[in-house]
Order: sequence, then C-alpha cells, then structure tokens
Amino acid sequence: MEITTQEVEKVAKLARLELTDIEKAAFAKQLSQILTHVETLKQYDTTGVGPTATVLGQVNVFRLDDARPSLSVERAVANAPESSDGFFVVPKIIEDRQPL
Amino acid sequence: MSIHKLSLYELHKKFTGGEVTATEIVRAYGLRIGQVESKVRAYITQTKDAAVAQAGALDASLKGWRKTSPMMGMPLAIKDNICTDGVLTTCASRMLGNFVPPYDATVIAKLRAQGYLLLGKTNLDEFAMGSSTENSAVGPSRNPWNLQCVPGGSSGGSAAAVAADECAAALGSDTGGSIRQPAAFCGVVGLKPTYGLVSRYGLIAFASSLDQIGPITKDVTDAAFLLGAIAGHDPLDSTSAAVPVPDYLKALKKKDLKKLKVGVPVEFFAEGLDPEVEQAVRAAIQELKALGGEIKEIQLPRTDAAVATYYVIATAEASSNLARYDGVKFGLRAKETKDLLELYMKTRQEGFGPEVKRRIMLGTYVLSAGYYDAYYGKAQAVRTLIRQDFEAAFQDVDLIVTPVTPTPAFKFGEKGDDPLQMYLSDIFTISVNLAGVPAISLPCGFSQAGLPIGLQIIGRPFEEETLLRAAYAYEQNTQWRAKKPVIR
Repeated sequence: MEITTQEVEKVAKLARLELTDIEKAAFAKQLSQILTHVETLKQYDTTGVGPTATVLGQVNVFRLDDARPSLSVERAVANAPESSDGFFVVPKIIEDRQPL
Repeated sequence: MSIHKLSLYELHKKFTGGEVTATEIVRAYGLRIGQVESKVRAYITQTKDAAVAQAGALDASLKGWRKTSPMMGMPLAIKDNICTDGVLTTCASRMLGNFVPPYDATVIAKLRAQGYLLLGKTNLDEFAMGSSTENSAVGPSRNPWNLQCVPGGSSGGSAAAVAADECAAALGSDTGGSIRQPAAFCGVVGLKPTYGLVSRYGLIAFASSLDQIGPITKDVTDAAFLLGAIAGHDPLDSTSAAVPVPDYLKALKKKDLKKLKVGVPVEFFAEGLDPEVEQAVRAAIQELKALGGEIKEIQLPRTDAAVATYYVIATAEASSNLARYDGVKFGLRAKETKDLLELYMKTRQEGFGPEVKRRIMLGTYVLSAGYYDAYYGKAQAVRTLIRQDFEAAFQDVDLIVTPVTPTPAFKFGEKGDDPLQMYLSDIFTISVNLAGVPAISLPCGFSQAGLPIGLQIIGRPFEEETLLRAAYAYEQNTQWRAKKPVIR
C-alpha cells in the first residue's frame, strides 16, 4: 500500500493536525510500511465472522437521568487556556453580519 | 531494617503491627528517591511534601489503636496517565503539561479512601503510546539493571520505580503490553487484569476497548494484594464488570500447580525469539511441570495477525479519543491563531509528539471513507478470530505460558526510526488485550548481560486467582526475585 504525500495531507486535515513538510514525507513512508503489514490480514477468511467491538459480551448500561452533584463551574473551567465568567473562550466562529 | 527493601505486603504487616510509622515510611522512601532518582528518572512529578504531611496526619490519627485498611500508609507511585485530584497529570505530553485534574480516577479514590501515600507520578511514553519511554516529552526513564537500556513502556517509569525501590508498588496501564513488557524488562511483576475488572474511570483514554489499569510490584503476593485494593465494579465506567472481587491473597495458599493444565502455544516460540529468552522460558515451563502442572502443546493459529489487528484497532480508537485535545477546555492552546480551525490544527501540531501524531494519522486513515471496511472492519473481524483462538485453547487448558518479549531490554535508540519494528516487538503481549483475558509477567531468569527475562502466564477471563496461584508457586520455588539491581 503506497500512501502519497497528498493523501497524508488529506488525512491530516481530517485529524486536525498541521504537519511540516518533513513530517508529511516521513508519515507517507511510514504509513505505507505499516499499512503494507496490515494488508496481511487479507489472508484470514472472515466470511460470516462478526466484529468484536468489545470483549466479554458486554451490553449497554442504563441509569436514570437524575441530577447528581458534579464539578462546580469554577473547577470545570480551571484548566481552560482561556475562560471568562465561567465560560470557555474561543476565537469567533460566526462571521459578522453585513448591515442591510 | 531498610524500609525501601521490603515488599508492599511486608511493609503492610509492619505498619499494621505498629513496627513502623507512616512518617518513617515516607522518610525512608524520600531518602531512597534522593539516592537513585537522578539516575533512573522514574518520576515526572514527585509529591513528597504532601506525602509527609499526610503521613503525619495518619500517624496522629492512629495513636493508640491501629485499625487499618490494606493500603493505609503504603507509599505508591502512579503512572502519569491516571487522574489524581489536585496533582499534575501530564501523560508525558506537552498537550497536558499543565493539566491538574479536578477529580480522582476511581482507582485513586479507592486508594485514597484506604489512606495510601502518593509518592509521585511516573513517566511513560506520551499518552501510553510506545514500548520504551523514549516517546515521553520529558525524556526517557532508565532501566535500573543497566542505565544504557530502556525500562520498557509504556509504564516504564512505574516499572523502573518498583525495580529501583523508589516506591513499594506502582500502578500502570496496559493497552498492548504496557504493564507486562516494562515489568519483564525491569525484573518485577506486572499484572494486566481481565478487561472490566478494574475501573477505567479517570484513566486518560488511549484505546478504550483495550486499556486496563493494573499493579506493578516487587513480587506476586504484592500483585494480589494491590489488585484486591483497586478491583471492582464501578458505575462510572460502563465497561466495568459486575463481578465479585475475591480475596486474591487466599489464592496464594498452594505452592504447586497440581491439577492445572498449562498450554504452551507453538506460535510463540518461532523465529525472532532471542535464544536466551527461549531458554529461560523453556526452563520455567519445566519448573511448572515439576510443580505438578500438566504441560500441553497448544495452538493459537492467529498469533501472526495480532500486531496488524492491534495497530488498526488501537490507533482507530486513539484517533477518536484524542480528538478531545482541541485547545479549548484544558491543556495546551497555540498562540496567535486567526480562526478556530487554525487553533485546532496548530494546537495539535505543537502539543503532540511524533508517535502520537503517527498513530492519530494511522487511526484516522483506517476509519476514513473508502478504507473503513478494508481496514477497521477487517481488523474487528480478525479480532473475533483471535478471541476464538483463546476460547478454544481454554477449553483444553487452564493457563497458557509464553515469553513476554522477544528479547531482553534493548538500548536507547536501538529501534531507531522504524516504527513498524517497534510495533512488531509487542507480538507476545497484544493478543491478550485483543482477547480481553488476564495475564501476569514475572521474572524467570537473566541474560548473560545481566538483564531480566520475563515469563508470561495467561488465564481465563476473571480467573486471576488461578493466574496468581501458578505465578506464586513458580516464584516461591525459584530464586529470581532475590536478585536486585545495582544502580550505577
């Protein structure tokens, strides 16, 4: 499996990772090697074999949606790079509306 | 009496009997850490001052009577991907370099309720991704047996701290061997419990269907003792199993393997296995036979598929779990970005190291449109086959014994810039995680260069007692644990 630098760029965008040119070239080579090894899985016949998402046959766990004690707002935002009045601050994501 | 040389259980007995105080324990370990930590570098964060204060309070509260809990006064080290309320928890990543959790992981809450003493947070490969601690953002830990060698990973700091007597015992986490491999490299005992036996709540997620927390200890008794203190159902972890927690120490009464069938999988003794490792493991198998075990050759035919299956599933889950590091709610945030997309891209570029990026890339690729069925879907189906191999084997035998690693500890930089070679060295440990079964690593010899060699014993789900019984019988009838590293 050959992974091109263009494919690396596409995947990096999906993963929200900015990469340097050196990283892109290295990942193209390394991902190609790793995926070539992964292709060896083709030799195993999995016709009619279900997937294992979790082991030991676990099932969904439900609980009542009751209000319970939780972190205070102060503690919840204490690790935020930027916060204000108990809110997380992020760059503006909505464009200013042009006046009519 | 050298306090730091005692095992966890021996120390517990002395503390319960009033022969030693919590203050004396913390002081002894403070001295020991002062002597060797500059060489071993097991810790990312030391919490000695808090431990001293806590020990003083504990001793004062115990005056005149000694009703103790199992871990009361016990000095432990915790892998730095397990959340500790109010104590820096970095995952050895720049991304979480300043992260102070506002809550305890369930295992920590249990230890805290018992009055344990936290000595510090131990080093790991960034986000537990690696086999040597060379992927730590703060630099690697070193193997106490030979400072030029890696301690293994990802729980390398925990294993090195236990081997160097820098704590009485430690917690690690194991996604593909991250407890057992460093335990083998450092000549200590490491136990990966059955998936679901120990709560993952507060363990910073790498691959959620594979991760388990477990003990790294000086001997098998300590592993049983510490496992009992952290195991049990937890409503805060929906994959936690509602099974009773037995007294694991009671499983250590018998010092033999009578009536136990022990399987030796032929696939684990193939090409690439270091002759010294093979010799030590085969000698251990003879010892298990001498102890009454019935040895049987078995097959785990899909062993060759384990590495490929693991690196698809683990990276897919990691790419999803690590999407949370976006520079908004906690952790690093890149400066001077013009919009939200650039904030994400630059934060993640600056915050993650090369191995973490590589795994996020691989995981994103195998989950992406057009490749999902060919890679992720296929790996999930092969995982079923690997599980079925174990189920079939355990119809026939009670335990499976194998090497832990193909070689003893390697030197820093030896695996170089070849991630695939590094991944392939996980061959003997990862199928255990894919199948969800428990396994223990314990010392079974030394190489000519003086490096420890590990024996892996694998059991049926939730049969940790059988696992511990066999490991204990082997340990008690051999002398490996008497040998200690000379740190220089």
